[in-house]
Amino acid sequence: MDLKLGHYNKDGIEVVDVEGEIDVYTAPRLRELLIDLVNKNNYQLVVNMEKVEFLDSTGLGVLVGGLKRVRAHDGSLDLVCTQERILKIFRITGLTKVFGIHDTVDEAIAAKKSEK
Amino acid sequence: MATVEVTFTPLPAHVRTARLVATAVARRSGVDESLLDEVRLAVGEACSRAVEAHQRHCPAEPVKIEMTEQDERFVVTVSDHAPTAPARVETAPASDGGSREGVGYDGAGYDGGSAIPAGFGLAVISGLADDVRVLSTSSGVSIRMSWPSTAATS
Repeated sequence: MDLKLGHYNKDGIEVVDVEGEIDVYTAPRLRELLIDLVNKNNYQLVVNMEKVEFLDSTGLGVLVGGLKRVRAHDGSLDLVCTQERILKIFRITGLTKVFGIHDTVDEAIAAKKSEK
Repeated sequence: MATVEVTFTPLPAHVRTARLVATAVARRSGVDESLLDEVRLAVGEACSRAVEAHQRHCPAEPVKIEMTEQDERFVVTVSDHAPTAPARVETAPASDGGSREGVGYDGAGYDGGSAIPAGFGLAVISGLADDVRVLSTSSGVSIRMSWPSTAATS
């Protein structure tokens, strides 16, 4: 399987675990999951990218789309990513300024809680 | 090194195949390991762009990717036959005039269909390969990218 998705709730925040490659072929599944979570009233999301092996602009589009959806409900979507190869595409596109990017899921959750 | 050419039906599922082949051929032709992620990403972007163009305009036509070595550079050319208006060859998208370092996308201006503006893939490619040429004609677009190979690393 090119892309493995899972999600769980922690401290009221929905964490999405992504494993594998996010590209033009697999990105629609992530998009559907994010839409589904928002439709079920989950507006505080953390997407864990630590096991993502590949991310392209289609994947970025899905993440930006998810961010816009939660923001429409005053929510937020943060990312967990320490992999330089993945962070690179965020830097090239300037999206490091758009997303909160954290080193661990716990840090991302703590950051969200301190914002409240 | 002889040219390697791959032709594939314009399906998203084949973009990964093209990425893998390009990365393998790049490695063989001596592109530095540290650049292979860039090759993978840039080729993926170019192929994704071509696949989407074909799906809109000519879904029965295959996309072509050619890989060769020229003047100590590994050269990849991705060609489509989608009869569209010429691709925008900006290195930053037109939306808000981003800087060279980042394309300045602020996540605010998309419609429901696509969160990333058209031309973003090209902007990503330009950020990854220092030599990118886009040849746009009424019968299709070719994106030519190259990286230093073998002894050419500076």
